[in-house]
Amino acid sequence: MATEVRIPTILRTYTDGQRAVEASGSTVAELVDDLENNHPGIKERLVEDGEVRRFVNVYVNDEDIRFTGALETAVGDGDTVVILPAVAGGSVGSAAQGPAPLPGHR
Amino acid sequence: MLTIEREIHDAIVEHARRDHPDEACGVVAGPIGSDRPTRFIPMVNAAMSPTFYEFDSTDLLRLYREMDDRDEDPVVIYHSHTATEAYPSRTDINLASEPGAHYVLVSTREGAHESGPVDFRSYRIVDGEVTEEEVTIVERYADVPDEKAKH
Repeated sequence: MATEVRIPTILRTYTDGQRAVEASGSTVAELVDDLENNHPGIKERLVEDGEVRRFVNVYVNDEDIRFTGALETAVGDGDTVVILPAVAGGSVGSAAQGPAPLPGHR
Repeated sequence: MLTIEREIHDAIVEHARRDHPDEACGVVAGPIGSDRPTRFIPMVNAAMSPTFYEFDSTDLLRLYREMDDRDEDPVVIYHSHTATEAYPSRTDINLASEPGAHYVLVSTREGAHESGPVDFRSYRIVDGEVTEEEVTIVERYADVPDEKAKH
């Protein structure tokens, strides 16, 4: 059973630059294990303590798996899986001051 | 160096002022490989917080699909700090996941949300390394030579 998995830019170092790879499995957890077999190191970037990392989003057919059963979400032939890192951040934890602005800065 | 049109620069500043004291966030997309931010896309801060921002996960998927369909990159990823300087925090650095993007930070602290100049700075964040870069504001991209077109 092959499912297309879309890989974000930041993880393409694990897939030789490929934007999408095929993986097999009947749940997202199995897909991730299969990805790991072919692209060692990628699992750690996606999963932590048996859960999808807080700042990684995984979608099966456009649905965020947080709302559909997390790693146990079922996948099948022809389904599309998209992985996207969260776009997030914020001033919390900015205690360390940065260097002065470049000259001529606005 | 980040080269950005005044209209887009102003739109980012406006967005930051409007959402103050919460952090504002968004993307300016541009044609793949162009390094030119052309399409301003303000995003909702799903965290609705003065110290944190996060794109809503559904909005995020829609945004990336749209950019894919239009052959665009997220050329600029911007957000505001509302009580601290316009410099990436530890959180910003840890969560930066677009090595090709210009990370723009705007600060609306000390009354800048109401009047006066708003700090507008740009950075590359790659593998946890922050490099500040110059920001050049132009009236129109057509007025400056396209660096990439020369080669």
